[in-house]
Amino acid sequence: MNIVRTQQGTIDRRQFVGELIAACPDALIISGLGSPSYDVFAAGDRPENFYLWGAMGGAAMMALGLAIAQPHKSILVITGDGEQLMGLGSLATIGAQQPKNLTLVILDNGHYAETGMQMSHTSLGTDLVGIAKACSLAWAITAQDLSAVQLIAQHVNAKNGPGLANVLIQAHEYPKALPARDGVYLKNRFRATLGLETF
Amino acid sequence: METKVDSKEQSLAHPWRDEIFQIFKAGGINQVAYVPDAGHAQVIQRVHADPDMVGIPLTTEEEGVASVCGAWLGGQKAVLLMQSSGVGNCVNMFSLINNCRFPFFTLVTMRGEWAEFNQWQTPMGKATQTSFEMMGINVLRAERPETVGDVVSAGLDAAFRGGDAVAVLLSQSLIGRKQWDLK
Repeated sequence: MNIVRTQQGTIDRRQFVGELIAACPDALIISGLGSPSYDVFAAGDRPENFYLWGAMGGAAMMALGLAIAQPHKSILVITGDGEQLMGLGSLATIGAQQPKNLTLVILDNGHYAETGMQMSHTSLGTDLVGIAKACSLAWAITAQDLSAVQLIAQHVNAKNGPGLANVLIQAHEYPKALPARDGVYLKNRFRATLGLETF
Repeated sequence: METKVDSKEQSLAHPWRDEIFQIFKAGGINQVAYVPDAGHAQVIQRVHADPDMVGIPLTTEEEGVASVCGAWLGGQKAVLLMQSSGVGNCVNMFSLINNCRFPFFTLVTMRGEWAEFNQWQTPMGKATQTSFEMMGINVLRAERPETVGDVVSAGLDAAFRGGDAVAVLLSQSLIGRKQWDLK
């Protein structure tokens, strides 16, 4: 196999996510299944968080529908490399729409943490930042350390998107922090915080 | 051997296509996600021309399942247009609708069921209705031009007034035989 990533990321995922959400307090967040949902929940539960527990590959597209519906809100996707790899085409779809209020933050450890740390394609030659640029996203950066939090937050809050930050995190597994799994509850409280009726 | 699509097949003149757009408009649909099909061409064209609607071309149909759910989360109504071959691409993503009880409406043009020349369309055409039903999505069918409006309207109401998940299949016979020029 084409194993190209020899250097592991150094960023602590929980610290990064905690600081990012604190710096984007008004953002509506969709989190990808597995560890990113645990990270977002560990940073503090809030009704503006929609935690996915499945629908792999769908986080960015769910956020696109939300971004178009809520153009005055900043929409933040926090997901993993494996989840985004399953929805690579969505980067082309987002590039076509150019939603200024949409930011994708990929917590990239180059592995599928949930299933036994098998290597993902970001360890095997795929450059998500390069793909994002090639899909006409307005900005795309690689985050090597925690100093990237403020830059990403500025882009999120200023709605400079669509943008993508590929965050090189340690391939370290934290104890799971489990948000609610009841999708109806998550949907209804999310809508309620936007002033929308349950139905 | 070259094949050519007959211009009649691509005709945008049938009134049922206008009815579909009008029903979307009257139903307050703001987002229309699609993988194109000749049968949807006129609706897609009108969506892109409408200032109150956003047309979202997808690279694969499952993207649209997620985007229409995101639209509802943000207070808008969205529909998904696709061809029967795309329904199989969506199956796992349908779990989002089921788990969160999102209202869902999709309009599907059928292939592989009526005078199909390209048998590669047939396996998914045969499995389209079952694929929806096994994932808990109700299926309605429109077979004749004069019933399209009623069926689409009933499905849209069931979705956005009743909270149901509905697929409306537009029969291949509605679109007409695809003409293949075998020269």
